[in-house]
Amino acid sequence: MHSIQVIKPGYCDSIQDLGRFGYASIGVPVSGVMDALSAKMANALIRNSQQNAVLEMALIGPVLMFQKEAVIAISGADMSPKLNDIPVKMQTKLAVKTGDILSFGKAIYGCRSYLAVKNGFRTDKKLNSYAAFNGITDLVILKKGVIIPIGKQLKIFRFGHSSIKVDRQHFNNEVLDAYKGPEFELLTPKQQDILLTDGFQIVKNTRMAYQFADVPSLAHKCEILTSAVMPGTVQLTQSGKLMALMKDCQTTGGYPRILQLSDEAIAVLAQKNTCQKIKFKIIHL
Amino acid sequence: MNPSFKAFGSKAILIEWPPQISETILLDILLFKQKIESRFKGFYDLTTAYNSLTIFLQNPITDFDKQVAILKNIYQTPIRLSNLDHYVWQIPVCYDLEFGLDLEFYLKSKNLSLDQLIDLHTKPLYTIHFLGFLPGFPYLGGLPETLNIPRKFNPSLNVPKGSVGIGGKQTGVYTMESPGGWYVIGKTPIPFFDVNLKDPCFLKAGDKIKFFEISKDDFYKISNEIEKQNYLVKMELYHA
Repeated sequence: MHSIQVIKPGYCDSIQDLGRFGYASIGVPVSGVMDALSAKMANALIRNSQQNAVLEMALIGPVLMFQKEAVIAISGADMSPKLNDIPVKMQTKLAVKTGDILSFGKAIYGCRSYLAVKNGFRTDKKLNSYAAFNGITDLVILKKGVIIPIGKQLKIFRFGHSSIKVDRQHFNNEVLDAYKGPEFELLTPKQQDILLTDGFQIVKNTRMAYQFADVPSLAHKCEILTSAVMPGTVQLTQSGKLMALMKDCQTTGGYPRILQLSDEAIAVLAQKNTCQKIKFKIIHL
Repeated sequence: MNPSFKAFGSKAILIEWPPQISETILLDILLFKQKIESRFKGFYDLTTAYNSLTIFLQNPITDFDKQVAILKNIYQTPIRLSNLDHYVWQIPVCYDLEFGLDLEFYLKSKNLSLDQLIDLHTKPLYTIHFLGFLPGFPYLGGLPETLNIPRKFNPSLNVPKGSVGIGGKQTGVYTMESPGGWYVIGKTPIPFFDVNLKDPCFLKAGDKIKFFEISKDDFYKISNEIEKQNYLVKMELYHA
C-alpha cells in the first residue's frame, strides 16, 4: 500500500482539502485548508486535482517516512524541508524513494506549510470531504506512528523544471481586504474609523479563529440573536475583542459580525503569527 | 413579515426577520427555506437561525438587487408544499449526580430540590429553532424562566457527550465532547449526531423535544440497546 508514516508529529498537522460544504445547517463546520492559495499551489505543482487532500502543517512541521516511492511538492510557509537530512526546494516537484525521510523544522516565514503528494492523501472521506475535524473524521491531528494512506503513484513521471516563484507579497502583506459585515453599521463613525485605520495585534491563532488584542475604544453594547457565521467573519465582542473566524469555526455565533474577509484575505491571515499586526481595508461588491 | 436582505461577504445572502425568538418567525423562516430550496438556483447551503436565513452561493454575487428581487418574488408567491411535518422526539435523561456534573451547584444556587428541577425540566415541549455550535446541537426554546441561570464565568474544558445543560435562558444537549459554559444537570444516552449515517442528525429545525426522566439502570440499559442498534427514539407527528 502507498502510505506515509509519522515518525515525529509537528505542532499541529492535519489532513485537509478545500472543505466540507453543504452541512452547516446541521452544525458541521466547513474546515479545509487555512491558506487555500498555497495549498492549491502545492497540488498544481504535481498536476493534482484541486480536490486532492494535502497535509497542513503549522509552526513546526513533522518528520515523515515514505513507505513507497512518491512524487511530492511543498508550498506555503518555509519550514526548511529536508529529504534524508539534505535541504530540498519548496515550490517544485520532488521525487522521494521508499524509506526516505522528509523532515520539517520551524517556520522561518509564514505560519502554515502544505505538503501535496501525487493523487492526494487518502484518509477516510466523511460527509464528502477529507478535511480533519474532531467528531467527524477518525484522524484529526497527526500522532507518532500513524500511517496515512496516499494515492497510487505513477511509475512514469516526467521531471521538468516546473517550479513557481514564491509570491513574497502573500507573506508580507499586512492589509486584509474585507466587506462590511451585517452589523458594521452598529459601530459609531468614530469606531468605524478606528477599525479601518488602526493596526491590530494577533494574540492567539488556531484553526478556529485569530484573536486580536483588546481594543477598549471598540467596546459597545450591541447584542444580536445567534445567527450564521462562516470562515472570514470578523466578530467584535462587547468588551472590544476582535476575532477573525477561520476554517474550523462554528456555524453560528452571537457577536456582531462587523466585517467579512475576502477569500484571499483569509489565506493571507492564515500565514500570520501571534504578535504580528494587520490592518483592515474595506472592499465593495 | 417583510424580511430584509443583506449581502454577507461576496458569496452569501443574509435574510433577517425582527430580532425575536418566536414560533411564528420560525415557521415563516422554514416556509421560505422550503420555497428557496424548490425555486432558487446557484447555492450550496442554506442555514437558519432564530431570526435569520443565510444562503451560501456557489459564485460571487454580481447583481445583488436582481438576486433580492428574485428572492422577494419567491417569498411572496404561495406554493403547494408536500412535507412540512414536524415531529416530537422523546429524549430520555438521567438526572443523577454521576452525570449531572454541576447538579449540586445548580440546585443550591437556584434553591431547588432535585424533584422540582426534574419536574420543571421535563414538563415543556421544547422547540428546535436551529442546529449550530456543534454538529447536531439543537438550540431549544421553551425553558421555564425559573430554571434560567447565567452561564459559567469560566467554561468547562471537557463537557462529556450527551450532557444535558442549562445556560442563560437555554437548555440543550452536548452532541459531542466539547468545551462549554452551561451547567450540566444530566445526561442522555441518545446519540444526536452520527457522521457514519446517511442522515447524520435526526433532529430538524421546527421539531419538538420532550425530555423524560430515567434511572441510572435504564441509562445503561438504553446505552446497551443503542450499541446493539436495538433502540428507537420514540417520536410522533406534531399537531399544533
